[in-house]
Amino acid sequence: MNVLLMGNPNVGKSVFFSRLTGTSITSSNYPGTTVEFTEGKMKREDEIVNIIDVPGTYTLNPTNKAEEVAVEMLEKGDLIVNVVDATNLERNLNLTLQLLEKDIPLIVALNLWDEAAHKGIEIDIEKLEEHLGVPVIPTVATKGTGFKTLIDKFDYRKINKRDFCNVDQRWAEIGNIIEDVQKIEHRHHSLMDIMEDITIKPLSGLPISLLVLFISFKIIRFIGEGLIGYLTEPFFDKIYRPLIMSISDFLGSDGFVHNLLIGELINGEIDFGQSFGILSTGIFIPLAAVLPYIIAFYFILGLLEDTGYLPRLAVLMDNIMHKVGLHGFSIIPMILGLGCNVPAALAARTLESRREKFIASTLMAIAIPCMAQIAMIIGLLAPFGSQYIIYVFLLLAMVWITVGLILNKLIPGFSSDLLLEIPSFRIPSFFTVLKKLWMRISGFLREAIPFVLLGVFIVNLLYALGVFELLTIYLGPLLNKIFGLPKEAISALMMGFLRKDLAMGLLAPLGLSAKQLVVASTILAIYFPCVATFVVLIRELGIIDMLKSALVMLSTTFIVGSFVNFAFHDGGFSLAGWMVIIGFFIILKIIPGVNDRKFSEVEY
Amino acid sequence: MKYTLNQLKQGENGKIIGFEGGFGLKDKLDALGLREGTYITKISDAFIGGPVTIKINNTKLAIGNGMADKIIVEVDI
Repeated sequence: MNVLLMGNPNVGKSVFFSRLTGTSITSSNYPGTTVEFTEGKMKREDEIVNIIDVPGTYTLNPTNKAEEVAVEMLEKGDLIVNVVDATNLERNLNLTLQLLEKDIPLIVALNLWDEAAHKGIEIDIEKLEEHLGVPVIPTVATKGTGFKTLIDKFDYRKINKRDFCNVDQRWAEIGNIIEDVQKIEHRHHSLMDIMEDITIKPLSGLPISLLVLFISFKIIRFIGEGLIGYLTEPFFDKIYRPLIMSISDFLGSDGFVHNLLIGELINGEIDFGQSFGILSTGIFIPLAAVLPYIIAFYFILGLLEDTGYLPRLAVLMDNIMHKVGLHGFSIIPMILGLGCNVPAALAARTLESRREKFIASTLMAIAIPCMAQIAMIIGLLAPFGSQYIIYVFLLLAMVWITVGLILNKLIPGFSSDLLLEIPSFRIPSFFTVLKKLWMRISGFLREAIPFVLLGVFIVNLLYALGVFELLTIYLGPLLNKIFGLPKEAISALMMGFLRKDLAMGLLAPLGLSAKQLVVASTILAIYFPCVATFVVLIRELGIIDMLKSALVMLSTTFIVGSFVNFAFHDGGFSLAGWMVIIGFFIILKIIPGVNDRKFSEVEY
Repeated sequence: MKYTLNQLKQGENGKIIGFEGGFGLKDKLDALGLREGTYITKISDAFIGGPVTIKINNTKLAIGNGMADKIIVEVDI
């Protein structure tokens, strides 16, 4: 039997799903987290029930890809569990009534029951059941309240088909129902209400958002560096090193197998950054260098998601995002991309037009380095000083805005307007945040470690076969001329297709100067997404758009790489360099775009 | 008095009386419970091209500037 979980975005369907199936999937306090349906199984009285978590939708007339998926899913269902937000009954009933026009049995789960009570909203369940003609069960998904009653109702097969009605009739009906079943007792403004408002009003919200982002970065670096300095590095040095040294001795300190597993010994010792064996560098990069930052980032992201802060950022960033042809909501794929570009590429699906998807995906892939790469950038550049790390991010930010401005001018069409529900602030449950963090960390470990190990294996193989040597001879000089990098850096550029952290790792033994590291870090972020992201992007954008996107990435790489090589001296841009940048922005501002019409003529 | 949502002042209450847009706009807003006859409170104004934020019942919505120009509200005095 198939049970569909359906409802508006951000009403807690995903929490229902994890409760029912025991599997954990991501849910966040903002609309549009589930973009693909997720299927899970649960056991009920010796019967296996398929639970399907359908992307949230406001109506059955889809406006984006995620909502289309929702409507297609309808045919599969034996029973719909319509998850309804009790604090927003009126709007939620719109979908409920539309679902009741279908031939599928339905029960209503009236979720966030506790929050509704807290807000002074009283709903008469019996009367609501009478009006809808189906069972209504109050629930609190995060605590599991009402679930036993809900599961008992899974046999419900009565079809109470309503006559089809038009939009106006439907809203009139909803008005009647609300009048009859709901009582709202007005409460005084609480501190939470005030916070909710000042974080979206621009004059107070923008400074707050800067503060929030600044503190987030500080905490991420504090946790990341702390874990590396006090936990992972000491562990690898004191405990892991002797262990693999004995393996190294056993293998005779040299030879192909030794170099594959342990790598080259440097002054008779294993160097985790430079030896490049599967068991040395291959294990060290994902676990000791990258994992601490992954933990730090996803912990903070989880908090920002579950409090409901991210949609506020979308509201505040809306005007900036319009400059690059997007609207505020596209900030969310960008932030997700800082963790890993793959989920970010998926999140771009909630954008409406092909144009927006193209711009958002390209900007994300081109200028947002994932946490694995960021961790390595920090690791390699920190010894030279923080200002170099800041320069890499500054450069990527300039790439983001410049490429965005150009794409917005070149691609015909308009950006649609933001229309976003801003959720209430919720105090995140520590348990849920940790559970989500664990899920994301285990996802990283499952996907990153095999890839890095495979990568190290390939690196060794290509070295042994002399492929890198050939590349160094034939393509290396080009790299040297354009970007000022040593010829051997070509191997890093090649391996960046597989994983960016690994590519950064390949730079370590080359003894690059700070400037060369800035150039290499920047072009490694820009030139191409890693293979995992690439595959998702092809699926989401289609081959043609992906090729165009790749073309943008490659040409940007050449321009930015050679520019930095030209303009970066003694720890910063030269005056001439800054002049070029400023001149470029002025020209960009003057050149008309293909869409220069008045904004008010936009058609919907 | 009639205003567009953009012209409505911060903190003011109004009733939506019409849309100056096609069916696409109307459907999109309708799905979120924003329709003719809906009472709203404006939380904040657009700021250099940013969105307007409003409150309907217990929901807060952010509405892009361009869209807010097409939503007509009436304020009782």
